[in-house]
Amino acid sequence: MNQTVTIPTTRDEAWRYADSAALAAADPGAVDEWRTFKIEPGGTLRHLGEPTTGGIERWRIDVGAGGCYAHFAVLDAGDYARREIEVTLGEGASFEFGGVVLGTGEATREFVTRVIHAEPGAMSKQVVRAVAADRSVANFLGRIEVARDAQQTDAAQNFRAILLNDGATANAKPELEIFADDVKCAHGAAIGALDEAAAFYMAARGVPPEEARALLIRAFIADAFGSIEDTREQETMISQALASYDHARLRAHV
Amino acid sequence: MLQIDNLHATVADNAILKGLSLTINAGEVHAIMGPNGAGKSTLGYTLGGRPGYAVTQGSATFLGQDLLELEPHERAAAGLFLGFQYPVEIPGVSFVQFLREAANSQRKGRGEEPLSGGEFLKLAKEKAALLKMDMDMLKRSVNVGFSGGEKKRAEMVQMGILDPRLAILDETDSGLDIDALRVVGEGINTIMRSPDKAVLLITHYQRLLDVVQPDFVHVLAGGRIVRSGGPDLARQLEEEGYEAVTA
Ligand SMILES: Nc1ncnc2c1ncn2[C@@H]1O[C@H](COP(=O)(O)OP(=O)(O)O)[C@@H](O)[C@H]1O
Ligand SMILES: [Mg+2]
Repeated sequence: MNQTVTIPTTRDEAWRYADSAALAAADPGAVDEWRTFKIEPGGTLRHLGEPTTGGIERWRIDVGAGGCYAHFAVLDAGDYARREIEVTLGEGASFEFGGVVLGTGEATREFVTRVIHAEPGAMSKQVVRAVAADRSVANFLGRIEVARDAQQTDAAQNFRAILLNDGATANAKPELEIFADDVKCAHGAAIGALDEAAAFYMAARGVPPEEARALLIRAFIADAFGSIEDTREQETMISQALASYDHARLRAHV
Repeated sequence: MLQIDNLHATVADNAILKGLSLTINAGEVHAIMGPNGAGKSTLGYTLGGRPGYAVTQGSATFLGQDLLELEPHERAAAGLFLGFQYPVEIPGVSFVQFLREAANSQRKGRGEEPLSGGEFLKLAKEKAALLKMDMDMLKRSVNVGFSGGEKKRAEMVQMGILDPRLAILDETDSGLDIDALRVVGEGINTIMRSPDKAVLLITHYQRLLDVVQPDFVHVLAGGRIVRSGGPDLARQLEEEGYEAVTA
């Protein structure tokens, strides 16, 4: 059967910060292609550092009762990179997400999550950190849905962005749709510049600006990987993100 | 060591320092006292090169170099240490990580070999012990969750590790209880009392000056030094207040 796929536009809420030129040129096949995973009750699955395709990606994960899903990723390539993650949580299931968006040049890069607490007692925790330089755009659109009988849901979502210069942009769009009443739902978003006071403090002790910036950015993005238990894996994620970022920035400034 | 001549500086377009002159020679301890808002911290920040603190007139020469030409981190490498009135918290960056970077950046700037991890830790332990600070605290994020007094103690541990030629210590005594004040004061003496080093203490209180005895005391008011004298001036200020002494 032939099905027509409509490419979304930025009028669509879930695509509002997307790069409209990139969208118009997008391959309809890619837009409708979902990577789907099913976690059996009690099972676990983790995606650690799956590289971005640099384009539009859609992930759909169904987590059975008591199951755990974890996803840690860095978006560091592509003019319009979008990773959508849709997770449906069964009873007592959990979802941990740590995302880092690194923006350089003219790129638009975004994480878009939809977490569906379909049944009671599930936990979701999302931490996204973005660093945007040049004229890039870094976004996090996070939607949390709590079904009517999903009591004792514990959902948390936190986004922070650092803009390294004028002209860089970050957008946050948290969306909560809660139909149950016994729900713990924490969300926060903050967008700012690199901490000038900290940078001067470091300089006053002899740390050159580039090193100070690197230390501050490292500490900032490390938040997103704080719930990776193995500290070596954590370190690898941070180092890879920083290395890729330095590389991209060097290229952007030649 | 440091010669400040007719220094004028503005902060957010407000003139704060208005013709400040001061000479500090090696081996000397100077104290600057003065009412709140006089420009004491501004002097420290301006000498440290903080962005937003613009020198509009005058000069500052440090160990023969034009201090004002140097970037903040270069001033540190040249031997200037600024002890902050309000030390900054840096979540996610440990003291050990930060100070090793600072020490080795300074050494690199002076053309010296970097310290190895082991060498650095040994040095840090020694200086922490001098200030009676638990080494475990240096494994924590910079100043995060530290009490006011612990922050000031940590400033002095940093000074010990970085071993500067000139330390400008901005109200290092505020927030310290009596015992901590003695530990910090004696730490300053141990680290900085030397014929080739000098200290500029910014303080409101005689009690620090009882431990770190100054050779010269200056009163800063309205953006300039309005009076200078010996240690007696500090006692007189404590008894009579700034207004009476500077009138
Ligand atoms: N960032 C700033 N923006 C505007 N004014 C400032 C700033 N920092 C200090 N000032 C002003 O400069 C003056 C001197 O301040 P400061 O140097 O902190 O004084 P002190 O340390 O002697 O108490 C004060 O009037 C203060 O309000
Ligand atoms: Mg002050």
